[in-house]
Amino acid sequence: MVQTKPLAAARWRSGRWRLRNPDRVIAVLLVLPSLAAIAVFVYGFIGFTAFASLTRWDNLVPDFSWVGLENYFRLFNTQRFQIDLRNTVTFTSLFLLTSLALGFALAVLLDRRIRGEGIFRSLYLFPLALSFIVTGVVWRWLLNPGSAELGSTGVNLLLDRVGLGALKSGWYTDPRIGIKAVVIAAVWQMSGYMMAMYLAGLRGIPEELREAALVDGASEFQVYRHIIVPLLHPITLGALIILGHISLKIFDLVVAMTGPGPGFSSDVPALFMFDTTFRGNNFAQGAGIAIILLVMVAALIVPYLIYSLRTEVQR
Amino acid sequence: MLLITGLKSFEEVNLYRMWDLPTRFSLDSFLKAWFGSESQGFRGINSNFWNSVRLAVPATLLSAALGSLNGYVLSKWRFRGADGLFTLLLFGMFIPYQSILIPLVQLLSRIGLYGTIPGLIFVHVVYGIPITTLIFRNYYATVPGELVEAAKIDGAGILGIYRHVVFPISMPAFAVVMIWQFTSIWNDFLFGVIVTPRPAVQPVMVALNNLAGSYIVEWNVQMAGALLAALPTMLVYVVLGRYFMRGLLAGSLKG
Repeated sequence: MVQTKPLAAARWRSGRWRLRNPDRVIAVLLVLPSLAAIAVFVYGFIGFTAFASLTRWDNLVPDFSWVGLENYFRLFNTQRFQIDLRNTVTFTSLFLLTSLALGFALAVLLDRRIRGEGIFRSLYLFPLALSFIVTGVVWRWLLNPGSAELGSTGVNLLLDRVGLGALKSGWYTDPRIGIKAVVIAAVWQMSGYMMAMYLAGLRGIPEELREAALVDGASEFQVYRHIIVPLLHPITLGALIILGHISLKIFDLVVAMTGPGPGFSSDVPALFMFDTTFRGNNFAQGAGIAIILLVMVAALIVPYLIYSLRTEVQR
Repeated sequence: MLLITGLKSFEEVNLYRMWDLPTRFSLDSFLKAWFGSESQGFRGINSNFWNSVRLAVPATLLSAALGSLNGYVLSKWRFRGADGLFTLLLFGMFIPYQSILIPLVQLLSRIGLYGTIPGLIFVHVVYGIPITTLIFRNYYATVPGELVEAAKIDGAGILGIYRHVVFPISMPAFAVVMIWQFTSIWNDFLFGVIVTPRPAVQPVMVALNNLAGSYIVEWNVQMAGALLAALPTMLVYVVLGRYFMRGLLAGSLKG
């Protein structure tokens, strides 16, 4: 006990600590506040939410009596939540497929080095600078079906004018369409992003590769099918991860555009969580929805993060 | 093409109104959206716009500073377990914020930051750590290690190297991070609506949603409000689009 002090001091003087350690210590001290903040605000808070979802806390006064998985059982038996999960599946699959396809098509077109490429690129990327709230407000107006007395508005009016009045629809006011109307707005906002990613990827493919295949007698389509698309797989994976986690969490856009919609036809888990927690004060149930959301996102993200950590260590 | 139609329609917002009310085309709806209308009883978004400025500017600066230091340490002063910690940090970027909102509100109200702009600044800085650290770390990875080693041999310490070697060449990364953070904080809705329930304190996106959600407000005023609320990020995009692009691609991890 008495000896440790002089020993440390001797080591200090011997130079090993003096030369290297101060900087090492400062390095750790510099990142410590951030790491601590993430530890508490991300992992600690998730832990608390998970705990709260196992309690009976269903009003403003915290009640931490343990109920086990009861909240989850009740949730899965709630009609609104069942609709929400179905909507999430519909929204995610449609949104991902359409954005990827559209983004890829736009990138291929722009890759042809057409004139005014810069202008097109800026135009397509422009929606990304906007808030989902702005997009939602504008699209709510565009897809507003109008009323019988005042006539059509927005897109319906446009369809009327170009003689496609038959395609008019109630959009988000029609329970059969519901969340699919939100897909339109989301695709409008995000497909430019996919275009930018694919364009960067296409530009990274050496021209010779393409030419060699063409010389070998491959058709333009075959070149894309067998050479370009496989080379772009890593980008498609990254794009799926990004769109996927946005899609599972979608909230702002739905709030601003449609709200839960008729018969919850455009409702999503994030919105249900907000309603039940901060309007209904049913904290335990809200925590349960939040944890289910987190599990869905983690199932998508964690394998990807581990994969990129591994590949980075290999490098 | 959907995108073009979408963009055109955005401009047509004004055209439609012009057709509907040709005699009254003026800045009227913009003034109404900005100042509100007492007779119709709704708030304008002007004070909320300034709330957003007071929120986004300091939060952007703070999180850029933090991200720069973190990125510097995690790329040039790696300690054991640094990569694992970094991955744990990154996960914070993807979580649905719903999973932290309940304890967040509890904590903020306990420390007296609930319902205030400083509270929102704090929240955005904390949850901005992962993305800002990521962008700076990727940027510093391109800075040759010899530069740091040479400065070390010259006897510079960790902070000295940061100040005299690393910080002066960080401007491109600062531009990317600040544009990214400013845009996301300005466009945020979830934290705004949860942390600041009082209309007078809310940021502009929450105010816009309230404006658009009220049935007494005409469509043209809503559109004018949307345009006003989007103006700063639109401006950033038009003026600094190049850096905006880079932020997007950086945000897509190693894509």
